[in-house]
Amino acid sequence: MQNTTPNAKHSSQQTSQEMQQNAPQDTLHVVACIDGSRAAPAVCDYAAWASKYMDSPLTLLHVLDEERYPSEPDLAGNIGLGSREHLLDELAELDRKRSKLALEHGNHMLENAEQRVKQAGISDIKKRQRHGDLTESLLALQEQTRLLVMGLYGESSSDRDLRIGSQLETVIRSMSRPILLVPDNFSAPQSSMLAFDGSVTAFRGVEHLAASQVLKGMPLHLVMVGEESPEAMAQLRKAEAMLAPLEAEITLAIRSGEVEPVLHRYQDEHNIDLLVMGAYGHSKIRRFLLGSTTTNMLKTAKKPLVILR
Amino acid sequence: MVNTLKHQWLSNVRGDLLAGVVVALALIPEAIAFSIIAGVDPKVGLYASFCIAVIIAFVGGRPGMISAATGAMALLMVTLVKEHGLEYLMAATLLTGLIQLVAGYLKLGSLMRFVSRSVVTGFVNALAILIFMAQLPELTNVTWHVYALTAAGLGIIYLFPYIPKLGKVLPSPLVCIVGLTVVAFLFDIDVRTVGDMGDLPDTLPIFLWPDVPLNLETLMIILPYAIPLAAVGLLESMMTATIVDDLTDTESDRNRECKGQGIANIGSGLLGGMAGCAMIGQSIINIKSGGRGRLSTLFAGVFLMVLILVLDDFLVRIPMAALVAVMIMVSIGTFSWESIRNLKTHPLSSNIVMLVTVVVVVFTHNLALGVFAGVLLAALFFANKIGHYMGVDSALNEAEGTRTYTVTGQVFFSSSEKFVAAFDFREVVDKVVVDVSRAHFWDITAVAALDKVVIKFRREGAEVEVIGMNEASATIVDRFGVHDKPEGVDQLIGH
Repeated sequence: MQNTTPNAKHSSQQTSQEMQQNAPQDTLHVVACIDGSRAAPAVCDYAAWASKYMDSPLTLLHVLDEERYPSEPDLAGNIGLGSREHLLDELAELDRKRSKLALEHGNHMLENAEQRVKQAGISDIKKRQRHGDLTESLLALQEQTRLLVMGLYGESSSDRDLRIGSQLETVIRSMSRPILLVPDNFSAPQSSMLAFDGSVTAFRGVEHLAASQVLKGMPLHLVMVGEESPEAMAQLRKAEAMLAPLEAEITLAIRSGEVEPVLHRYQDEHNIDLLVMGAYGHSKIRRFLLGSTTTNMLKTAKKPLVILR
Repeated sequence: MVNTLKHQWLSNVRGDLLAGVVVALALIPEAIAFSIIAGVDPKVGLYASFCIAVIIAFVGGRPGMISAATGAMALLMVTLVKEHGLEYLMAATLLTGLIQLVAGYLKLGSLMRFVSRSVVTGFVNALAILIFMAQLPELTNVTWHVYALTAAGLGIIYLFPYIPKLGKVLPSPLVCIVGLTVVAFLFDIDVRTVGDMGDLPDTLPIFLWPDVPLNLETLMIILPYAIPLAAVGLLESMMTATIVDDLTDTESDRNRECKGQGIANIGSGLLGGMAGCAMIGQSIINIKSGGRGRLSTLFAGVFLMVLILVLDDFLVRIPMAALVAVMIMVSIGTFSWESIRNLKTHPLSSNIVMLVTVVVVVFTHNLALGVFAGVLLAALFFANKIGHYMGVDSALNEAEGTRTYTVTGQVFFSSSEKFVAAFDFREVVDKVVVDVSRAHFWDITAVAALDKVVIKFRREGAEVEVIGMNEASATIVDRFGVHDKPEGVDQLIGH
């Protein structure tokens, strides 16, 4: 493995990744997050495709992320004999009812998803339900995850022009596995594109991609945005060499202009289905001040994205 | 992290704001009543409640818990204020905060695991009794008007919520306070009002460094107050956090809460307030009213200050009887009535621990002493119970003249006498074998007891062999080095 990592902290991450690679591949699952959103059928289809493509078993996951707040406030504001005990019973009963409903609803969704995936020809399917926060649940399953499939637009994000799936950013920031983010409609991906800027972060992304083998054998366009120069070309060549383990046909390109429009145009021109990108290279503070390329890309994406962390 | 912050602040805005209003109404009576008991102007307590609630909303470790100036703390300050005055109280408050902050960094919050459920129940009951007793001065040597008003107030508080629709929207403590004030004013009833009790705040709190000499003498004056204040504040906060955890089915960050209490008290001391801590009754009111996030604590503090500054003309006319009624409600709601019913079913040792905690608190007015007594007693009971898990079997091999004693279970200070008594030294045998490989020797007392047994047998002329001593004495470890390795524990238990 080429050493482009600047400090020891990263090299320890590398080691853990190498260890994960050495783990038997058959225990690693494609995990599909199923919820009640429009994207759910597409998530199933893409997950089925990924499961076949990578020859990995499929886990359908539904997280019961219920909010636990009383629906009708009781503002009487008095407490009396045994208030605490009564309150506990009351709140527990309320949660029980809600959980039960949510559980049935979730079961139903999972069953639909299973049907759909089965029709796509996948037999090795596991269904799982977990209570709690989405991110925490995904982290708990991380050890057995090879690829995570999620919808770009979640259940609670109704207006697709304004926001990406409400919890997407947190998930992307905390997961250390590749994530496939999918739009509402499925079409089997044929080619992919990796945006590249020659930075340390970008090289790390290349390294991750080569190591994860998620896109093994799929034609890949390595695209750099900026002025064409010998150094840029040299960096592209270096990245190409690092991607050799994917055994894929790699096309190199350098385009000038604004990052996002150029990338989207290139994607349209070459009819590329999958955009591969490293995500959130900067701190949240910086993102707050300057805005994030990742978030912008997520908002404007019409085709599936693979996020590498 | 930004996501959880957002969650803790903004996930329940409507519920938090409404609950904040309800809670603020229950904070005012406690702040005023206990300022008076501590011997300072009501404004000290009200400033403290404002500062603590606002600061803890940001730095606390338990969203949805209410902290402010409390009775438990006020009761510890009485003599300090009487003998040295307000400035020393501020200094003691600063020092209390500092101690709590250090406790947070030392992760003393985890010591709560030594506080058993019986002690928590005892603490809660003692607190309720203290709050109730603190109301008695307002109810002695007064005219019948006060009793009538208090009774009417309690009537409103408990009956008003049964009125359809209106009862669930208007907080009954508010109705009680407003109603009694209007009645007292209209009929010109001559009862004590809040205005008679001292100064109320007229501005927002301002930064004040306590006017005390910074020397060792000052430290020696305030330290004996700051230590119990810090202990009681942390204990009540941790116990309230446990209760809120149970009610909301969520976890709290105890060490962060310790640090937060410290920062809040430092803030309170610098802004002219007294020390405070989390409040069980008001936290229950908050949860019951639908408050879950940090916003409700913040809003309770802010709303309290706004009320005081805007409505000061109204505030001075509130009869003390109305506040007494609200505090009696808090006392009743804090008391664990279930614990009385449970006296019949719980084991005697638990009941004794609970009652001792209550009695010690009620006599000393110091909740920390009560908890200390309770924890100590619970530990003794536990040592006594575990001591029963020790037995000595013996078998005689007549052909060889050998008696074999097999020791099983826990040998330590509490069971070592029983251990020695289990051997028959008068029996005449050639050889005695003591198999201790299935026993645990926990301390020096246990080892000394074994030595005594061996020497006694030797004096009787028997040859003594101790089997398995290495494994058994390997358990005399002050700290298990094996707690994270299950196979290590097996080894320790199963040998």
